[in-house]
Amino acid sequence: MSDDTQDIQLFKKQERIYPKRVSGTYRNLKWLAMIVCLAIYYIAPFIRWDRGPNAPDQAVLIDLNHGRAYWFWFEIWPQEVYILTGILILAAILLFFVTSLFGRVWCGYFCFHTVWSDLFIWVERIVQGDRTKRKRLREGPWTFEKIWKLVATHIIWIVISFLTAGTFVLYFNDAPTLVQNFLNLNVSTTVLWFVAGLTGSTYLMAGFAREQVCTFMCPYARFQSAMFDKDTLIIGYNKERGEPRGKHKKGADWTGLGDCIDCHACVHVCPTGIDIRDGLQMECIACGLCADACDEIMDKVGLPRQLIAYDTERRSEQRARGETPEPFKIFRMRTLYYSLVILIVGSLMLNALINRDLMDLTVLHDRNPLFVQLSNGNIRNGYDLKILNKSHEHKTFSLSVSGVEGAEMTLNSAGNITTDNIYVPADSVGKYKVFVQAPKPAEGHKDIIFTLKDLSDGTVDEYQSRFVSKR
Amino acid sequence: MSDDKKKDIDEISGVETTGHEWDGLKELNNPLPRWWIWVWVISIIWSIWYFVVYPAWPVPGGATEGTSGYTQFKELQESQQEIVQRQQQYLSDFEKAEFHQIMDDPGLYAFAMAGGRAAFKDNCAVCHGTGAEGGIGYPNLNDDDWLWGGTMDAIHTTLEYGIRADNLDTRLSQMPAFGKEGLLNKEQIDEVVEYVMALSSDEDVTQMPGHQIFQQNCASCHGPDAKGMHEFGAPNLTDGIWLYGGERADIYETVYNARNSLMPAWNERLDDNTIRQLTVYVHQLGGGVEEAAKEPTSILSPVKSMEE
Repeated sequence: MSDDTQDIQLFKKQERIYPKRVSGTYRNLKWLAMIVCLAIYYIAPFIRWDRGPNAPDQAVLIDLNHGRAYWFWFEIWPQEVYILTGILILAAILLFFVTSLFGRVWCGYFCFHTVWSDLFIWVERIVQGDRTKRKRLREGPWTFEKIWKLVATHIIWIVISFLTAGTFVLYFNDAPTLVQNFLNLNVSTTVLWFVAGLTGSTYLMAGFAREQVCTFMCPYARFQSAMFDKDTLIIGYNKERGEPRGKHKKGADWTGLGDCIDCHACVHVCPTGIDIRDGLQMECIACGLCADACDEIMDKVGLPRQLIAYDTERRSEQRARGETPEPFKIFRMRTLYYSLVILIVGSLMLNALINRDLMDLTVLHDRNPLFVQLSNGNIRNGYDLKILNKSHEHKTFSLSVSGVEGAEMTLNSAGNITTDNIYVPADSVGKYKVFVQAPKPAEGHKDIIFTLKDLSDGTVDEYQSRFVSKR
Repeated sequence: MSDDKKKDIDEISGVETTGHEWDGLKELNNPLPRWWIWVWVISIIWSIWYFVVYPAWPVPGGATEGTSGYTQFKELQESQQEIVQRQQQYLSDFEKAEFHQIMDDPGLYAFAMAGGRAAFKDNCAVCHGTGAEGGIGYPNLNDDDWLWGGTMDAIHTTLEYGIRADNLDTRLSQMPAFGKEGLLNKEQIDEVVEYVMALSSDEDVTQMPGHQIFQQNCASCHGPDAKGMHEFGAPNLTDGIWLYGGERADIYETVYNARNSLMPAWNERLDDNTIRQLTVYVHQLGGGVEEAAKEPTSILSPVKSMEE
């Protein structure tokens, strides 16, 4: 490196952040969100849900081997993957909606990266003590205390990571069985690889990468600012009230000073290590811990709270102009559009889930040959039939055709399966070959309608195909 | 570039520049995180490991082999072995099963159809077409018109020994070249062609001049009613299905020069299980015929017992 560039740092070392312990409204909310999220994550795979003898009894299960996904009352097949698309669209727009109203609260409270990082920081604090102690320990010499405390922290982290990864695979397998298999040290290599990989990534991300993930890796963090407008809640520092900042001794005169006593409490608690008094920054995950910290200090110095608070850009502009800030606006065109889209997509999906057909017929006309001429002059067409029995009972169906004069149908299959008696086991697809022959129609192509009837309850499904007799 | 060691700060953004300047444009220096470069370094180390372990460097005549000895071809072979092993559980049952037992067992049936479909595409489709739709000189296997019989056993025999193949047990028959060998003169051939064409219509053919010629020369194989005989592979001439075309010129050509096409004996190329899979597959293409009243309460495919 030449002399004239040695000052330039093209790569920056990660600055270690030791978030200080804080208590307050938002911290309590964050604890609550964390407990609820973790509880859902760790407990959900163990909830049982009776679906009858021919289906799994796990409430939340993605059965990749059999191509089924179960969620309490709902079940989807690979054909219904559009429901998954719908869920993703709904989730995206919900994120837009919440972000346009309250800023990046997803990032601050509910994102799994935040939840797990918070948990890891908590472990760090329990073992090594609060900010100053952690900092001193880390920067100090290698003593026995330093070694055992660091080792203990990392062991707990790895155990949590392993439990996280182990729980993840439970969503794709029967949970009690897999836990039993784990205890017997008898799991497949696929499961082991997933558990190893996710243990590693959880340990790495929540233990080390932390705010780096939000700042450099996460795309959501970046594009959420596109949903911001002047009425979005962001963490705001009331500059008019706080400045000029300065140290203040108890009982001293406040003249010439703003309310900010420059104690850096807001900086010390920040999990991303920023100073919120510099204004809204890309690193800010809107967790509100700085507001809690500042409120604590304001209480101590006997000044009103909310020097740092959830605030909007419009309000701070109005304050800067010396006007009384308007209250927070929930109903805006943007939020109205988002809620409208949520309503439409949500009701479409609910409708799709509630009115989901438990049987479905699809008929695929043979491509080669399109038709066959028989020795008596009749024309025969072949069709591949797929009968979806999405119910959890074994079913028998009958099949009939209409639309082609003199059509006779035969079904190709093993055993005693006829068109009056088509057996399809529960939760499966029956595949059959059907031939339809008829005297050559005058037209080259005719529409032919296959009608499938569920013999147990008379439900009917139709499928229109073609009867071809001319090239 | 600035010679002094002071940081060059961009006025507008307040961000340090790299000191590089092009036509008045300066590059801002927003430093990447350090771990980013570590990821890059690790990638390079990993790629070196990869170069050593896997086949990577192109050299004349191929590529370096890699210490792991991995090739995609080996992987293919392994997965093929796995498939063969998986087939084994069906094969042992399949080997022992009679055709009617296969037709009664959904598992064996599916096994036969899947294997037959694949073997058909590999071996038979060249002549008979991927959909078994046939062509000029190659029978359509979907229809119900069979030269040598459409029962399971007949199809199995045809597959095993072929037709006019180089095999002792092959199906053998030879239509004489009535014109070329001088057995019939051109007028007679014209008359018999006329007669054959009329056979597949509703006309009364017994008064036609070709009738006599047909009965004397053709009926021994095609039968007095011209409905063909499976023993000789003689086609039914009364239906609308023509192996070599139903135009006057086509039939004239057939009678004058005769047609004797070939099918290989597959027992020399395929194992018996594959041939039996093919038998079931071809039988189930739509034209398969039941064994003639051998077992009255046959448990064979219900397909043909369905009569509405």
